[in-house]
Amino acid sequence: MKNSSGGKGSMSTASSITTWKAGDVVPVPDQFPAGLRVLVVDDDPTCLIILEKMLRNCSYDVTKCNRAETALLKLRENRNGFDIVISDVHMPDMDGFKLLEHIGLEMDLPVIMMSADDGKDVVMKGVTHGACDYLIKPVRIEALKNIWQHVVRKRKNEWKDLEQSGSVEEGDRQPKQSEDADYSSSVNEGNWKSSKKRKDDEDETEDRDDTSTLKKPRVVWSVELHQQFVAAVNQLGIDKAVPKKILELMNVPGLTRENVASHLQKYRLYLRRLSGVSPHSCNPNNSFMNPQDETFGPLSSVHGLDLQTLTATGQLPAQCLATLQAAVLGRSTAKSSIPMPLVNQRNIFSFENPKLRFGEGQQQHVNNNNKQVNLLHGIPTTMESKQLTSLRHTSQSIGNVNMQVAPHGAQSSQNNSSLIEMGQPLSRVQILNDSTVPLSVGQPIVPNGIAANVSTRNGIPENIRAPGYNLVSQTSSILNFPMNHASELPVDSFSLRSTPGMSDHTSKGAFHGDFNSEIKGSGGFLPTYDVFNDYQYKSQNWELQNAGMILEDSQHSNSLQGNLDLTQSVLVQQGFPSGQINGQNRSVPIVSKVMFSAGDSTEPGNLLNVNHHLNTIRADNTVRVKSGSVADGNPSNLFADHFGQEELMIALLKQQQGIAPAENEFDFDGYSLDNIPV
Amino acid sequence: MESKHVHQQIAAMRQSFFDEEVLDEKFSQLEQLEGKDNPNFVEEVFTMYFRDSTAFLETIEQAMKTIPIDSIKVDNILHQLKGSSASVGANKVLKEVNKTRQVLGKGNLEGTKAGILELRKEYDSFKAKLEPYFQV
Repeated sequence: MKNSSGGKGSMSTASSITTWKAGDVVPVPDQFPAGLRVLVVDDDPTCLIILEKMLRNCSYDVTKCNRAETALLKLRENRNGFDIVISDVHMPDMDGFKLLEHIGLEMDLPVIMMSADDGKDVVMKGVTHGACDYLIKPVRIEALKNIWQHVVRKRKNEWKDLEQSGSVEEGDRQPKQSEDADYSSSVNEGNWKSSKKRKDDEDETEDRDDTSTLKKPRVVWSVELHQQFVAAVNQLGIDKAVPKKILELMNVPGLTRENVASHLQKYRLYLRRLSGVSPHSCNPNNSFMNPQDETFGPLSSVHGLDLQTLTATGQLPAQCLATLQAAVLGRSTAKSSIPMPLVNQRNIFSFENPKLRFGEGQQQHVNNNNKQVNLLHGIPTTMESKQLTSLRHTSQSIGNVNMQVAPHGAQSSQNNSSLIEMGQPLSRVQILNDSTVPLSVGQPIVPNGIAANVSTRNGIPENIRAPGYNLVSQTSSILNFPMNHASELPVDSFSLRSTPGMSDHTSKGAFHGDFNSEIKGSGGFLPTYDVFNDYQYKSQNWELQNAGMILEDSQHSNSLQGNLDLTQSVLVQQGFPSGQINGQNRSVPIVSKVMFSAGDSTEPGNLLNVNHHLNTIRADNTVRVKSGSVADGNPSNLFADHFGQEELMIALLKQQQGIAPAENEFDFDGYSLDNIPV
Repeated sequence: MESKHVHQQIAAMRQSFFDEEVLDEKFSQLEQLEGKDNPNFVEEVFTMYFRDSTAFLETIEQAMKTIPIDSIKVDNILHQLKGSSASVGANKVLKEVNKTRQVLGKGNLEGTKAGILELRKEYDSFKAKLEPYFQV
């Protein structure tokens, strides 16, 4: 990655999470937090040497300086070379707090202050200056063991910001994104990621642009494409999967290594997130869903699923999604929502993917165009494909799409998780997670875990589809749950929606991407969307409708659809009550919200984007979605007509049905939106 | 056995340090940090510590002799000493440092001087105890 993980020693994968952005390096995420690159600054040589030793014992990569100036120099010349800084407060050449400020401004790295002084005011000073922690000397090794949490937290937040900004660059790299911060238009903290990504992407993937002439037409990771991707990755082994080989295995014309690389990155994050969440969380999917269900209500279940997906994408670790999905599947009761969970996952993943994709993206879009549906990029296509297919078939309702997406999403989520991990919008997920699964929580670490999750998810998606969407719904509920919570959640919702790849969207903040992804991704995801809508806007018919659509879509695909209100699906298909939909981003019930929330402000725009995307997706969807049916057919209509967020959502959903949407959404983040020719 | 005897000696010395509270658990932590790749880690640390602390103390003593006494400077150095002593586990030395700092903080210069003398004493004795320990 750009990170020059070698910054310090290019640590081992842990820090390299970000490094592998370009897919150039295949980090071993499971080693995290080992290899964390730490810079220690202290004028006392005794302390310095002791600290260095302790940090080395924690398997961190340590650089020591005894002067603040030297430290700043090192940081400046190697911007991506460190993950975290530990500095003494009292230093002869520069006050520790001043150094803290500099670092925060210039590099936005997490900084831990330490001192023999434990006076309250000094500690307070640390806090006000932005230190993420304060250690009292003598520093115990136990205190140093956990410093990685600050890195992860920061990345997560940044990711969210990035997402918000919509420019999900997928730079899940380290929080160097200070610039990203401004993205957080809405809940999408993921922006960080995007911003990072952007930075990273820009640096790295210059070639990306050439493919698509700008970030746009990123490869749309349709469900199928994603599935292919996942299959290739699994074949190679998640640890050994390098973009080149994946590309070869996939054998997709027009797909570039960069596309794969960025997608891989997202996927890893997604996986990481999933694993981070710990499979346990997955189990609670059911539980998650339950809570969500309650919250959401019937739709919620579906939504919940979506939420999950979203969450997963954004925050929920893939694992959660998997669980959700599983839950969904297992549940079968969960209203057709099951597809949602899957979708969610996918969304999440897609979310991530989009993010990643965006970063790298653009080239991808080339592929994506076809694959647009692949929203789920990250998502274990396995799931998606199956689900998507089901969704597609069923695409009767937009929901189908979602459904499919969901699986994909689920997968994506997984991927996303990994992606997310990178820097994902963990924050988002968190929000979502409120009720659902702390998927996101797990993110940071466990990239390997994610892989595992992914597999689970993949497996689940399938299951989900069939058994029950209910699960999905649950997931949605879960996802939704967060959504509801945070009307802002949109970021999260985004994940839900986009799970497939939307996750990235979330970060985008600009909900566009998310929205699209969400909607699209929700193909399976829709359910989530619905969830959102439902909950949030229960009042808004449309939302419900959308939900229905989503659900339906998802359901359709999953065959669960039955759960979802068919009627709703009808709505979707019909193209939602334009009135409702259009106007509202809101109507878009949670979904829109979600999506837009991320970019609340952007919503209107998002919708357009979404619509566009959707539309584009739709087109693609047909390709991918196969079903193109359901809402898809209308989707274009939807979009065109409604443009309202709702419409977009619906459209997305529809698209998703075609499964492609899911993917599209994913692309939305960066790609599709632009491309959408609407 | 020569080596056995030496080991016993070392162990005894070490134990006495803990008993007298000359060293605290931080010292054990340092020992734990030692590994195959750097068997003399603790010794290295202490070497550094002694070197720096000796310099610090001298600086303080110098500062205490100047008129007017630059208490801020003295305090800063004491702070430094506090940090290092704490990091190596030099328990008694640390206590003296803290005491002296407190006195200084109250503005009691005379008391500070006395405190520094105490500190010096403690430190020297600490060094005297530890050095043979490492040599063994």
